[in-house]
Amino acid sequence: MERIPILKIGDVLLASIQIDLQDRDVLALQEDLAERISETGAHGVILDITAVDIVDSFIGRMFATIAATSRLFDAHTVVVGMRPAVAITLVELGLTLGEVRTALDLEKGLAILAELGEQAPR
Amino acid sequence: MTTESGRSDNLAALLRDRAETLTARWVELSAAPLKGRLSVAELDRELTELYSVLLAAVETGNRDAHGSAFADVRALLSDISRRRARAGFTPTETAIGVFALKQAFFELVDRAEGAGLGDVVVLSQLLDALGLWTFESYARAREEVIDEQAEQLLELTTPVVKLWDGVLAVPLVGTLDSARTQVVMEKLLESLVSTGAAHAIIDITGVLAVDTQVAQHLLKTVMAARLMGAECTISGIRPHIAQTIVGLGIEFGDIPTKASLADALRHALKRSGVDFVRADGRR
Repeated sequence: MERIPILKIGDVLLASIQIDLQDRDVLALQEDLAERISETGAHGVILDITAVDIVDSFIGRMFATIAATSRLFDAHTVVVGMRPAVAITLVELGLTLGEVRTALDLEKGLAILAELGEQAPR
Repeated sequence: MTTESGRSDNLAALLRDRAETLTARWVELSAAPLKGRLSVAELDRELTELYSVLLAAVETGNRDAHGSAFADVRALLSDISRRRARAGFTPTETAIGVFALKQAFFELVDRAEGAGLGDVVVLSQLLDALGLWTFESYARAREEVIDEQAEQLLELTTPVVKLWDGVLAVPLVGTLDSARTQVVMEKLLESLVSTGAAHAIIDITGVLAVDTQVAQHLLKTVMAARLMGAECTISGIRPHIAQTIVGLGIEFGDIPTKASLADALRHALKRSGVDFVRADGRR
C-alpha cells in the first residue's frame, strides 16, 4: 500500500493524491492527517484530487469524514481540483460533502483558507 | 435444378448480349424524371458501373438479392442512394433508377428478342428486391442527415461565454431535455476547469418550459459546479416559469436565482470583490 505524502506549507497541510484511490488508502490518509494536524496544529487541510479520475460513494463520504475530524482540531478542509466527471458522479450518487469547502485549484484553495483564518484569528 | 440454372444462364447470356441496348435505354429512362438535375454523362457512368456489377452477380447463377453474390451490387446501390438522398432527390427519383432497368428489359422482351417469361419473372423479382434495398439505403442516409443535424444543433445552441474575468455564462435557448442538459453540464464544468472561473451563470431566458426533470438537471449542474469549487447562479427565469416552479414545488434551496443576466453578473462580480463606480465618482 502506498502512503499518500502529507506536506506542510506554513500552517496548512497539503495532501496531493496522485494514485487511484482504494478504500484503505483513504482510511490511512485519514489517520495520518489526524496525527499530523494534532502534531503541527495546522489550521487548514487541502486535499488535491486533480489527478483522481474515479471516486465512489465511500471515498466521497471519507472526504466529509476527514473534514469533520479536522474541524475537531479547528482546521478547515478544502478539496481542490475536482474533475467534472468526478463532480457529476458525486452529484448522481446524491452525495453532499457537508462542511467541506471546494476550490477549482490549489491557489484558490489556499486563498479560501487564508480568508477563513482571517475571519477567526487565533 | 438443371432447368433453373439453364434458365439462369439464358438470363445472364441475354443481359450480356444486350448490354449496350439495355444500358442505353436504362440511362434514357432514368434521366427523364430527374429533369436534368443530374448530367446524363454522370448517370451513364453510374448505371454502366451498376450494370456491369449486376451482370457479374447474375452470371454466378445466384438469384438471391440478399445473398453474398449480390454484395457488390448492394454496396454500389447503397452508395448511389446515399448520394441521391444527400443531394435532395425524392425517394421516387432515387428508386426509379433501379426500376427503369425493368422497363428497359420489358421493352426488349416485347420486341421478342429471345427472352422467356421465366427470365422476366426472375429479373423482375430481383429488381424489386434491389429497389427495396435502394429505399432502405435512402431512408438510412436521410436518418443519418437528421442525426448529424441534431448533433450540430446541440453543439450550436450551447455556447459557454466569458462575461468577465472569472465569470462564465451559459445562455440556454429552446427546449431542454436530458441529453441537452447533460451536454450543457459537461461543457460548463469543462470550461470551469480550463478557465479557472469561480463563477458561472446559467441564463434560462430563452427556455420556454421547465418541468421537474429539467429543474432537476439544473440543480445537479449547480451542485456539481459547487463540488468543483465554483459558484453557480441561475438567471432569467420568466414569470410563468417561476409560477410553474413554485407550482411543482421545486426547491432551489440556497442556489442564488436572479431575475436578469445583468443582476446575476452584478452578484457574481460582487462575490469576486469587484466594485463599480461611475467615472465621475458618483455611485
